[in-house]
Amino acid sequence: MKNESILSVKDLSVSFHMYEKGLEQYDLKVISNMTLDVRPGEIVVIAGSSGSGKSLLAHAVMGLLPENAAISGEISYKGKVLSQKDKEKLRGKEFALVPQSVSFLDPLIKVEAQVRGPKPDMAKIEAQKEIFKRFQLDEKTEKLYPFQLSGGMARRVLVSTAVLSGAEVIIADEPTPGLDLDMAMEALKVFRELADEGKAVILITHDIDLAFHMADRIAVFYAGTTVEMAEAEDFRQGEHALRHPYSKALWRALPQNGFEPISGFQPYAKYLPKGCLFSPRCPYKTEKCEEKIPMREVRGGYVRCIHAD
Amino acid sequence: MKSKYYLKFTGKYLVRMVTLLIAVSVISFVLVSLSPVDPVQQYVGSVPNVSVEQRAKIAEYWGLNDPPVERFLAWGKSILHGDFGVSLLYRRPVLDIIREKFAASLALMMTAWVFSGVIGFGVGCMMGVWNGKWPDKILKKVCLIMCSIPTFWIGIVFLMIFSVQLGWFPMGMSVPKGVPADQVTLLQRIHHLILPALTLSFLSFANVALHTREKLVDVLESDYVLFAKARGESKWSVLKRHGFRNIMLPAVTMQFGSFSELFGGSVLAENVFSYPGLGAAASAAGMASDVPLLLGITLFSALFVFVGNMLANIIYGIVDPQIREGYGHE
Repeated sequence: MKNESILSVKDLSVSFHMYEKGLEQYDLKVISNMTLDVRPGEIVVIAGSSGSGKSLLAHAVMGLLPENAAISGEISYKGKVLSQKDKEKLRGKEFALVPQSVSFLDPLIKVEAQVRGPKPDMAKIEAQKEIFKRFQLDEKTEKLYPFQLSGGMARRVLVSTAVLSGAEVIIADEPTPGLDLDMAMEALKVFRELADEGKAVILITHDIDLAFHMADRIAVFYAGTTVEMAEAEDFRQGEHALRHPYSKALWRALPQNGFEPISGFQPYAKYLPKGCLFSPRCPYKTEKCEEKIPMREVRGGYVRCIHAD
Repeated sequence: MKSKYYLKFTGKYLVRMVTLLIAVSVISFVLVSLSPVDPVQQYVGSVPNVSVEQRAKIAEYWGLNDPPVERFLAWGKSILHGDFGVSLLYRRPVLDIIREKFAASLALMMTAWVFSGVIGFGVGCMMGVWNGKWPDKILKKVCLIMCSIPTFWIGIVFLMIFSVQLGWFPMGMSVPKGVPADQVTLLQRIHHLILPALTLSFLSFANVALHTREKLVDVLESDYVLFAKARGESKWSVLKRHGFRNIMLPAVTMQFGSFSELFGGSVLAENVFSYPGLGAAASAAGMASDVPLLLGITLFSALFVFVGNMLANIIYGIVDPQIREGYGHE
């Protein structure tokens, strides 16, 4: 461990208070016992299918969850456990979010004003021009409105906002889809540089392949929990270096590794199984899997599985 | 490039306006022709000793025996020449009456319009910001009740409370009784205007407030507001930079689109308060079968509503970049 973690999430659970037919209410647990940490100077990639709680984690860290969300567990920054107030103070300054799509830009404000934010100074304008040049966004782009941007342009504009923010922790929510390979590489390179400058980057992505080459560590999410946190090197080495059966299955499902899907589907948050959330699809399932599964250290990584060795 | 676009834009509206007015005049002409109103009888009125031959002569002179199309064309031609005929009720040219009554109505309608627009927007914003909290719940219920109260009824209630019981406002009319027209002060006019204007704005106020609330709630739950918060913008900054900007457009459109309700409401409000405006004149013309005045007011109100909608469209085009730039790149 070269560095202390700057942001750490411990046993985070998020549930939404929902109404069903009439007055019937229930709590929908969308994130359960999620664990994650990121250190300055590294990129942590969060991998997992849709509905595994990736974006919600980002919102929970920034204090952006809606009012019907109940949150438990700890989110700490530089060793201090954060309250909602702290998060509101930190966001935009120490935390930056790169959102998913163009809908996160105000439709009535020109791109330049949005990227620079309210009351920009000269330095900020300079920096914005610099980063636009780097992303091959020409001068005309600055004067456009969001609806005039293509998907790829919007993505690059959104990434620029995080670069300009000067934040210590950058959480990027799927920054690469819609970009061609060169542009996606460029975007990831920007994140790499930010990390090398000492920032901490959390990269939520579906582009697992691309991310594995740029990442330092990988967190695998499944049904709202962290099933494994491992060095990216383990993913590059292959299946045998991984620990959780789901991570292994994910690795095998990549095109160059056999393109082999596993049967079954991720459980919906309302019908979570007892104990290990992956157990209904797991070939190694035993009775013990129905008890609470702790996160434990195996071969230098962390895994939420009692069978891993 | 830009001027060409505006030329095209204006031309399009002129064409639309002309076709609308033609359609309205055809329909109202047909309706009046089919109605049991006998123009000769209305003209002669209660004057005794008008023989059947004399009546036939009047009908012949007016061309009442010509085929309908010919009559319509003759009427249309004089309208185009600015001759709307003479009102049977007031015995004066229709255009003069419309001009005079409209001036009185305009003061009433604009006061109500500005009042409901500004206050309605403000209350709507408050409800949107407090979405789901108790002030919002109370205000929302009040607005829903206000929406369902008919204009003429609330007018009568206002009269009973503020004029009869409390005596704060006059019972009706636009000026005090027994005062020469040139001695009426502005203050007196305003005093007479308040109750009718309040009545007229009652309904649209609630509409505007509820509509604004809905819009603001949508905007505050949007992705771009989430992102603005993520970038550390304060609640006030989010409202100022993103909230108001994005709800302004629909609010303005709705405000200018409400001209038809405004005119319809003025007919009721002016009748309740005996306010001598265009709305009262319209119902009087209808009751007295004053065909020239009725047709004149119909055409004029169509124009009035059309201008409102057109202004809404033009403002939308100027303010909303999606429409403005969209046209520009066409």
